[in-house]
Amino acid sequence: MDIFVCILLFSGLFFLTAGSIGILRFPDFYSRLHPAGKLDTLGTLLAMLGLALFNLHHFSLGALLTSLKIMLIIIFVFVASPTATHAIVDAGVRAGLAPWTKGEKRR
Amino acid sequence: MLNKNEEKNLHNNQPETAPKNQSSFYFFPFLITFIVMFGIWMLLSGKFDPFHLSLGFISCAIVAFLSSDLLFPSPILKGKLTVFLRWLCYLPWLTIELYKANIHLVYLSLHPRMMDLIDPRIIKFKSTLDSELGLVTFANSITLTPGTITVNVSSDGDFKVHAIDKACADSLPGEMEIKIAKVFRKV
Amino acid sequence: MDNIFLYSSLYLAFLMVLSLYRAIAGPTVLDRMIGVNAIGSKTTVMLILIGLLYHRVDMFVDICLAYAMLNFIAVLAASRYFHKRKGLSDEI
Repeated sequence: MDIFVCILLFSGLFFLTAGSIGILRFPDFYSRLHPAGKLDTLGTLLAMLGLALFNLHHFSLGALLTSLKIMLIIIFVFVASPTATHAIVDAGVRAGLAPWTKGEKRR
Repeated sequence: MLNKNEEKNLHNNQPETAPKNQSSFYFFPFLITFIVMFGIWMLLSGKFDPFHLSLGFISCAIVAFLSSDLLFPSPILKGKLTVFLRWLCYLPWLTIELYKANIHLVYLSLHPRMMDLIDPRIIKFKSTLDSELGLVTFANSITLTPGTITVNVSSDGDFKVHAIDKACADSLPGEMEIKIAKVFRKV
Repeated sequence: MDNIFLYSSLYLAFLMVLSLYRAIAGPTVLDRMIGVNAIGSKTTVMLILIGLLYHRVDMFVDICLAYAMLNFIAVLAASRYFHKRKGLSDEI
């Protein structure tokens, strides 16, 4: 049981790491949104799933309610994260930022 | 010819506008909104004594009465349940796709020669989906799956998508649109 | 198990420092916003880890839910605000 929780938590942390490095390395605003929008969502989802599972270790009504609340946070992040990404990219388009194409120097 | 068209339009519009002229309160949207809200109330409060339950009952009833038309813009509930169940069946497939897309993105962002691999571009295409909920689901799914982000959607289905490399750009609209069209087809 | 949680939350703090670089040095305002959003999504995980460390998850999970919503609303409001600022790319 503990091993399964650890696997979920560490895979979530791995995706979050790749997301942070991606945000640092990608060349421009639009391509930076890819790791910010996707990798952070999946990393949060996996890590929180692991923690909700660990919380059910000593089973009781309070623990079950807490785990259900964590599931509620997961659903909220799953819906809200693409919407936030879309809001940022929309602001970028309206402000007139040109997307980076191959061959230019990085910004 | 023009008159005929206008007549046709009028005739087409009539069944849609007719229910709005009746009273604005419908029982079943109210009931479903109330049940959802009361469930969330019980989840968040965590107290099951009569005092807290009655407080939740009263406040959920007031809020559901005031805003049940936000969750269900049209009172016609026929077929909504099957659409919802099919949407639930679509979610596991989306999660697996999300996983695969993320593995690809991790490979890209940890690759030492990343600048040679990526080739960002903005592509446009037209979707055949007609319902608004279908378009929203499709746009969010595009943002979540293979290296693509929705830049702009219009209500008649014109998509502008930012893709990170050529393989990702070629995969759209593809299988995902067929799946979503299957979810939101008319019953 | 407590040690694992302690070290993973320390590691998350390190990841936040990495994202903070993007929030400070990002060439445009929108890059900074991406950095802030990334820090927020890591904080939601970290709050639950802190709750598990102090054995008060039932309290910290409410804070975490409120923080997730605040993060979302902050990003929405900030991106609405920067709609009208033309020439963000000149700021470099």
